[in-house]
Amino acid sequence: MDFKNSDTIPGPRTEDRLPQTVQAAVKIVIVGGFGVGKTTMVGSVSEIKPLTTEETMTQAGIGIDDNFGSDTKTATTVAMDFGRISITEKLVLYLFGTPGQERFWFLWNGLFEGALGAVVLIDTRRLEVSFDVIGRLEERGVPFVVAVNSFPDAPRYPVEELRQALDLAPEIPIVECDARRRASSRDTLMTLMRFLHSLAMTGALT
Amino acid sequence: MTPPQRQRRYPSQPPAPEPAAVGERRNPERMFVVGGDGGDRANLDLVTLIVARADPPPSATPEQTALLRLCTAPLSVAELSAYLSLPFSVVTVVLTQMLADELVEAHKPLVRQSVADRSLLEAVMHGLQKL
Repeated sequence: MDFKNSDTIPGPRTEDRLPQTVQAAVKIVIVGGFGVGKTTMVGSVSEIKPLTTEETMTQAGIGIDDNFGSDTKTATTVAMDFGRISITEKLVLYLFGTPGQERFWFLWNGLFEGALGAVVLIDTRRLEVSFDVIGRLEERGVPFVVAVNSFPDAPRYPVEELRQALDLAPEIPIVECDARRRASSRDTLMTLMRFLHSLAMTGALT
Repeated sequence: MTPPQRQRRYPSQPPAPEPAAVGERRNPERMFVVGGDGGDRANLDLVTLIVARADPPPSATPEQTALLRLCTAPLSVAELSAYLSLPFSVVTVVLTQMLADELVEAHKPLVRQSVADRSLLEAVMHGLQKL
């Protein structure tokens, strides 16, 4: 691996470099089941092309890709896509699209503990895949909002029916969004921020 | 059509017990464990910002040289991991040594606190509105 005098070092394009004035970062986690649109949402609001951080684990048949009885120990790569939004000249926000399975979360230190909050992205065709994610966030005391990614052929439930099915506290926002659209994804993030702000005002943020 | 039904959970509840470690069904482990028992690794978050403090010394490893060239401007550990195609855990190990050698400095992220920083939340909201 000789990077010495080459322009081929992988790295940010000039326009993707952060200014020297940036001092700190915050993060928001977008969590949901496979194929629910996490990466789409990250990509629609990110100022950089979404990047991927990976962690490699040794484990046979860890569930997402069951090998149907194969007992060979295999290396499995868990990937997490993320994007970035510059907030001020001193502050930058990162968005992480995170696998719904909690057993992967430990791979990245403090993924949820340090986050401002989380967006649980759900698909009403497979509502039950979000049940465990929501429960884990509740157990960890991570503030979250629920965003329904509106797939054209997905069943549409009234918000109160969804709230009941997801057994969500009345104050937790539920919004519809189209993760492909920047304005819609931004509005979802704004909903989370307003919710966090209201928690801060009432001193309920833990 | 009736949707499936979830049961709410609470922070006071003990977390669900981990499945028993039987044979190959244990929890996954990181494939790369580089150096020592890992207990001496710097506490780096995905969004800890790394900035180079020095030019690569002659003794620098290729990974260190690549990292230093990348973070002449601030860059998160997650971005370093992505650009170098190295697992997050490997990058934190390399950075731990570089922090000890004062080749780079790290800016901790602003995290959610019990007493929330409202001005921080308002700054993020203002920034998002400009999108």
